[in-house]
Amino acid sequence: MTHPIFGALTLSDLPFAAFIADPSVTEGVAAGAQVIVFLAIFAILAVLTRYRLWGPMYRDWLCSVDHKKVGIMYMVVGVVMMARGVIEGAVMRANQMTALDGGGMLSPDHVGQLFSTHGTIMIFFVAVPLVFGLINYVLPLQLGARDMAFPVMNQISLGLTAAGAVLIMISLVVGEFGTGGWTAYPPYTSRLFSPGTGTDYWIWSVLIAGVGSTLSAFNFAVTIYKKRAPGMKMMAMPIFCWTVLCSSITLIFAMPPITVSTIMLAADRYLGFHFFTNDLGGEVMNYANLFWMFGHPEVYILILPCYGIFAEVVSNFSAKRLYGYVSLVIATMAIAVLSFSVWLHHFFTMGQGVNVNIAFGVATMAIAIPTGVKLYDWMGTMFRGRVRLSTPMVYLFGFYLLFVFGGLTGVILANPTIDYQVHNSMFLVAHFHNVLIPGVLFGVLAGLHYWFPKAFGFRLAERPGRITAVLWVIGFSLTFVPLYWVGLMGLPRRAASFANPDYVPWLIWSAVGAAVILAAVGSLLWTIWTSVVHRKDLATPIGDPWDGRTLEWSVSAPPPAYNFVTIPTVAGRDPFAAAKAAGVAYAPNPVYADITAPAPTVVGFIICVISGVFGFAMVWQVWWLAALCALGIVGSVMWLGWRKPRTVVTTAEQVKQIDAPWRQAALAGPGVDRGLEFTSANRGLAAPDMVQDA
Amino acid sequence: MWVEAAAFVATLPTVPESMFDPMGPVAAEQKAHMIRVVLLTMIAIVPVLIGVPLLAWRYRRRPGSKAKYTPNWGFNGWLELTMWGVPIAIIVVLAGALVYSTKLLDPARPIGPEPMQVQAIGLNWKWVFIYPEQGVATIDRLVIPVGRPVELVMTSDTVMLSPMAAALSGQIYVMPGMVTRQNLQADRAGSTTGRNMMYNGDGFADQAFTVDAVPAQAFKTWASAASGSTVVLGAADYARIAAPGTGEQALKTLGLSDGAGGAMRLGDPALFQQVVRRYHGATPITAEMQPGTDRYDGGHEGGRAQ
Amino acid sequence: MTAPASYPGLNLLDSDDAANNETEVMVFGFWVFLMSDLVMFGLFFATYVTMSDNLAFGPGPRQLFDLASVGWQTACLLVSSFAMGMGSLALKYDGARSRQLLMWLGVAGVLAAAFLFLELRDFSHMATLGGVPSRSGFLSAYYGLVGLHGVHITFGLLWLAFMMTKIAATPPDHPVKTQVLRLALYWHFLGLVWVGIFSVVFLTGVA
Repeated sequence: MTHPIFGALTLSDLPFAAFIADPSVTEGVAAGAQVIVFLAIFAILAVLTRYRLWGPMYRDWLCSVDHKKVGIMYMVVGVVMMARGVIEGAVMRANQMTALDGGGMLSPDHVGQLFSTHGTIMIFFVAVPLVFGLINYVLPLQLGARDMAFPVMNQISLGLTAAGAVLIMISLVVGEFGTGGWTAYPPYTSRLFSPGTGTDYWIWSVLIAGVGSTLSAFNFAVTIYKKRAPGMKMMAMPIFCWTVLCSSITLIFAMPPITVSTIMLAADRYLGFHFFTNDLGGEVMNYANLFWMFGHPEVYILILPCYGIFAEVVSNFSAKRLYGYVSLVIATMAIAVLSFSVWLHHFFTMGQGVNVNIAFGVATMAIAIPTGVKLYDWMGTMFRGRVRLSTPMVYLFGFYLLFVFGGLTGVILANPTIDYQVHNSMFLVAHFHNVLIPGVLFGVLAGLHYWFPKAFGFRLAERPGRITAVLWVIGFSLTFVPLYWVGLMGLPRRAASFANPDYVPWLIWSAVGAAVILAAVGSLLWTIWTSVVHRKDLATPIGDPWDGRTLEWSVSAPPPAYNFVTIPTVAGRDPFAAAKAAGVAYAPNPVYADITAPAPTVVGFIICVISGVFGFAMVWQVWWLAALCALGIVGSVMWLGWRKPRTVVTTAEQVKQIDAPWRQAALAGPGVDRGLEFTSANRGLAAPDMVQDA
Repeated sequence: MWVEAAAFVATLPTVPESMFDPMGPVAAEQKAHMIRVVLLTMIAIVPVLIGVPLLAWRYRRRPGSKAKYTPNWGFNGWLELTMWGVPIAIIVVLAGALVYSTKLLDPARPIGPEPMQVQAIGLNWKWVFIYPEQGVATIDRLVIPVGRPVELVMTSDTVMLSPMAAALSGQIYVMPGMVTRQNLQADRAGSTTGRNMMYNGDGFADQAFTVDAVPAQAFKTWASAASGSTVVLGAADYARIAAPGTGEQALKTLGLSDGAGGAMRLGDPALFQQVVRRYHGATPITAEMQPGTDRYDGGHEGGRAQ
Repeated sequence: MTAPASYPGLNLLDSDDAANNETEVMVFGFWVFLMSDLVMFGLFFATYVTMSDNLAFGPGPRQLFDLASVGWQTACLLVSSFAMGMGSLALKYDGARSRQLLMWLGVAGVLAAAFLFLELRDFSHMATLGGVPSRSGFLSAYYGLVGLHGVHITFGLLWLAFMMTKIAATPPDHPVKTQVLRLALYWHFLGLVWVGIFSVVFLTGVA
């Protein structure tokens, strides 16, 4: 029975209690992680206090509904959680290399929690925030809009995602996490087999963050449909916007399945329902179907915008129009539609009939076709272009060399015959990391380097950036390619130990690779740090450091809060490139008018805090607190619906004061040609590059 | 990465206990199919691996470069046809191979006439094999005669599991209250390891079983010796070993001293059906009644259906 | 731009183009939300259909369903939808703060409350017959689907009460029109889902 005030919380769930009770190596590692969390919290609080940042943080960031600020905050969430996710991965590799015959330093239960948090964090709290962060920042600017369609809802989405992330961080210090993996299959995760509160941490952090993602999907889709600049027909949108649109539509249809499967699992666990139980008519196979009806489209949701980023990058850094725009649009749509027809390939081995397996296997292989077309189209963009080896392009090349291997193993896995052998083995683990890291992560990092100068007014330093990219390529290869072999040799995934000594050399290589990945993460942080330190040399305030082709490059860096003085009218694709070619890149005498924007509000932050506490209360069965928080959320939404929406007006005079100095600098010229792109001479103004061949 | 790939592929034929050293026709076909798929897919991949470095080198931005620059070239009909057409053609061929291979290796399709049935029950963290024709049972050891088709008829008494002896065949999920089948055959004598591929708790990594493929005569001898064993696996004995623990612990509980080699007489021929039917009753199964949970109390119901 | 923008559904044809555009974006966004909600219901439907035979020797549709009550619930919801439609017309022709709008909203609310009352009465009657969600997979799926719909109706009633209060108690510069439009869409959506439940669960259940 739970305590009326404290629910299921006991003293043994508090931080360090487990280590005090059992000072073993495995508990020591866990306690060490808890120490890191507390140190990090202390450091953040100290910095905020020392530099008097509480006020500005609250006013300018936590209350902001500006898509640019929301986007940056998403990226911060993603980078912080990536640090934890990568460390967890490295710990698992280090443990497994010593785990012959049960010799690993961590207990099986600890390993179970590690692979569960690692997967959950990486998908929901690293990949989603990083991709959504970039989308948030770039989408309105590329469309020629002032903000997203629903700025306040955007802020709420961020709050819900952050609440889920905080909940999963709390699971590190209070109690423990589930051991069912990021997929949390019942009946293992039913109350019978997972009686503790660990699985509930998974349920509530995923549910809360899932609502946030769903709301973001609405926002992105409606923004693209309704907020494009005049003249920007659908087929004139930047390719990144097309990938975001298809990703958002997929997200709108893919989030309900996981909401449903998680709610049903919660109903089983909390209310004694029999959706997925062994007894009384539960149907375990339904969970697999529901989960993967989300799970498969989810990975395409993550990668489609990254394909868009690569397309933008290859076009820009080849100084050439994107080859095969229409093909790419069709391919993007094909991938989005097909992603809903393949979910069964995650459980070919569940015993359904041969014809079902065949149908889904063929559909799975079919996705390779539009994916291949995209890769070929980007190669066509480089053909007869002038290719510049910037950091984003290094990531693109890394993608090309490594991702195709993941595609190959994907086609292998699409064959039920072979999947029967390698399903749930390390071969599978290597495959999905092979597509996620070179695909999603490299895309995000390419996008980060590409758009960083737009967001902050200075470039990221090239040399550290390229070193980071190379470290990622080496680190990934060393870590995951050996895992393919180990999988073919029979090691299942999620195994805390093994009996076959032949695995050991490969696992050692893999652990070395994990160390390289840690170095890559460190190098990434160092790249950002050193760029901040040298930001004056790297400054590109005029806003077009790469000789860009799309609208976001036509405004200052950082852009003004309202993005554009006047909403541009667009005549076709690559509007900024066209304007530059026609000599009208920056209008000398714009008409200044008052600009109205939604006022900042604290409601998103309030919903973030309340939903985080709600999740915690539901995990620990503190019913009075959960009820209070539920009322709080309903109340906040009602308050939003009741009030008169407040706006902030930037008068024409204020707009002129912000805009005129920048415009003067832009018109004064001269810009730099691409030979000086990575020097301090590049102030963000582009001169025409080299005489065009006839 | 590609150097590593080549190095590994060179060692593949010597990887024991995997489909690359197949012991039977199912694993052999799986290996052949994998090679087929890899070779066909290379057609789509190799152009990328060669083309991208070539393009990046030839068209790198260099003042004075002789390479052509066509900044507005965005479409070519023949190129489109090739870009879409070649992958489509490859996938069509692969799809044909997939259909053929999947139908051939349908786990529910017997390899030959009159397969020998072996029933398997997955537990946390061990396997109970029941040989209904021979009236014997083993724990964590599957003995089969060489050259005879075998049909594994399987279920789980805990959570979703996924048994596989890679040198013989692929895996198939086993789930409480449900029966799944894996047909296989050993073409040569030998021993190989089988595993559980689906995480089911702390003992997951240790959950393995041995498969001994023995000549037909040796199998008959073993089976008749086992059916004369003093140790019997009846419903009550099964209920005792259904508690969480390893196969070794279970054998000890039953009084079998020589590790996983021990075989028992099957005391209750309906044992497998009872385990399946346990989950089709009208009363709830509590933690005390559910094998594999921490609170399982040895099954006062004796493994019977309600 | 001289002609105001028009969009699917009830057009308020505000003279202010910016307001019209805003309404269009809000209503469109709400449709998108409804479509995702439809997917969620669809999955509960699919789950129900796959589990409708999992009685585990417990009570089934024939023992539990009271089609007369379900008929009355259906009538309540459909007439409630009609009342909401009349309310939308009142919004357009009589104004956002009109008596008629408040009256029709009230009628819709009373009927939805009657629906809920009847449904909860059915649930408690079923419980006396052993028809509780923890009894079987079929019952879990039933309560999941019908319960999800009931939870949606409850939130709709809360929203309705909120709207009526806002219409009556706030000054004219507090916007209500787009909110009423969205509430009406939500209302009709739930009526549509109920038609599905009525057919798939109740009619086929006792067929």
